[in-house]
Amino acid sequence: MQDKLQASYKQLEMKSKYTNMFLRWFLYFALILFALYFIFPLYVMVVTSLKTMEEIRQGTLLTWPSGFNFNSWAVAWGGRGYGAGDTFLRPYFWNSFKMVVPAVFFSTFIGAMTGYVLTKWRFKGDQWVFLFLLFGCFIPFQAILLPMARTLGVLGISNSIIGLVLVHTVYGIPFTTLFFRNYYISVPTELVKAARIDGAGFFKIFFKILLPISAPIIVVTVIWQFTQIWNDFLFGSTFSFGKAAPIQVALNNMVLSSTSVKEYNVDMASAIIAGIPTLIVYVLAGKYFIRGLTSGAVKG
Amino acid sequence: MLKWLEKNLPKIVMAPAVGLIGWFVYGFVLWTLYISFTNSKILPKYELWGVGQYVKLWGSRKWLIAVDNLLIFTALFLIFCVVIGIILAIFLDQKIRAEGVLRTIYLYPMALSFIVTGTAWKWILNPTLGIQKMFIDWGFENFTFDWLVNREMAIYTIVIAGVWQSAGFVMALFLAGLRSVEDEIVKAAKIDGANLFTVYWKILLPMMRPVFFTSFVILVHISIKSYDLIVALTQGGPGISTTMPALYMTQTAFHKSQVGLSAASAIMMFMAVAAVIIPYLYSELRRENAR
Repeated sequence: MQDKLQASYKQLEMKSKYTNMFLRWFLYFALILFALYFIFPLYVMVVTSLKTMEEIRQGTLLTWPSGFNFNSWAVAWGGRGYGAGDTFLRPYFWNSFKMVVPAVFFSTFIGAMTGYVLTKWRFKGDQWVFLFLLFGCFIPFQAILLPMARTLGVLGISNSIIGLVLVHTVYGIPFTTLFFRNYYISVPTELVKAARIDGAGFFKIFFKILLPISAPIIVVTVIWQFTQIWNDFLFGSTFSFGKAAPIQVALNNMVLSSTSVKEYNVDMASAIIAGIPTLIVYVLAGKYFIRGLTSGAVKG
Repeated sequence: MLKWLEKNLPKIVMAPAVGLIGWFVYGFVLWTLYISFTNSKILPKYELWGVGQYVKLWGSRKWLIAVDNLLIFTALFLIFCVVIGIILAIFLDQKIRAEGVLRTIYLYPMALSFIVTGTAWKWILNPTLGIQKMFIDWGFENFTFDWLVNREMAIYTIVIAGVWQSAGFVMALFLAGLRSVEDEIVKAAKIDGANLFTVYWKILLPMMRPVFFTSFVILVHISIKSYDLIVALTQGGPGISTTMPALYMTQTAFHKSQVGLSAASAIMMFMAVAAVIIPYLYSELRRENAR
């Protein structure tokens, strides 16, 4: 009796082992299928950029290029060499850097300071101030485009990189404040209180106590702001044109403006060039990128 | 004087943020609201004109198409992102080998701009050399896939590209949510004889209600603001078949120079976002205060 029970139990265990194995195979199969779906456009972009137009017409999206032909990359980056109508990405790529670096710096700094005050120098109604700032994360920018265009005009910085730096700094503040506020709130207030009793002032406490432990949140914030500003199109296309345009605007113009024959290989090379800085950051610091994404959304 | 300065230093340090947001967010929204009640054309005029712009807006065929498209897009975008996101999160939660690599692959589109995404998908979906040709070359001779240039179907190409870009984000949210559930709960359910499906369907997913809520808010917010993707993929075409409110607003303002009308459309967008966001912020804040 005992033996029989043991045997049937064994049998049952084996059976569940097989179902489990089947399930796991199915799981991996499905996950890989999804992975292929997400990889597919990137693969197509890369191989297309390495083909000649002749190859593109003959093969399909998936065909492997006959050789690594970087010609379209050179055209996308540096142009064809003739004068008028020759658009290429190089100057706009640097425009974007000139815009991103100061905008990220200022918005991160202001956010850090504001987050510090909101958590460690609390005052009556600070919750409302936070809410007041937080709502700025969500406004549709269409509601501020018209007055912003006029303001930049009045300040004499429309169609300039300085103008875009101002815009991105201002509309980054709600996010940077949110990040720092949520980070500093978990730092024990006792630390700050003790330092105050020891006579440390407002800035000393910030630079000696909070800043040294802020590295993770600074990384999260910088990556978030860098990605947002680098990828922005609405502000870039509304407040700048011609020579001051950032890269996403230039990419869009390039793709739309090809006059005679559509050169998909150059389009794809351009798209990759415009996407590469944020992709590199993502691959190198994906953990922080994800933390920014999710902590921007799920708080606490 | 110095004492006063010292006492108020925190508030002084916070002043730039509050001032900038007060001016550039709230002030500007109020300005736009005011202008939406005037008859401004190329330049803003300040005499009040009443609700004429709103009447004009809701009588405009293009705006109605834009709103219609927004509803279609939002519904499909939400459903597909959430379903794919949840499936990926649950699958990845099964102690998968190479989870890190897979997660990186699912989420990388979020690092790209909508312009890059749009450019890529425009090439993939183009009827002459894209997917259609691929299938024809594979032997499906009658295969047609011309959604990008088809008035009826073009809006769905925007859904395809949008879902591709954002589904990984929902996955990340749900994965974080699932990982925060304590193991004991799952173990207890398994001891009670619940299988894995029941554990997820009856126990874990209902616990994810806040994550559903967050995903809903973020995705609706993305879709109301969606602009870049349409510009890169269809420019609102063919014809005006893929216009959306954000595109309508910028076109009316900067190409047609109808400042009053475009302000009215911006205010409608603002109200739509506020209707979703204010309850969200309210509940988040209450949850935080409850702790």
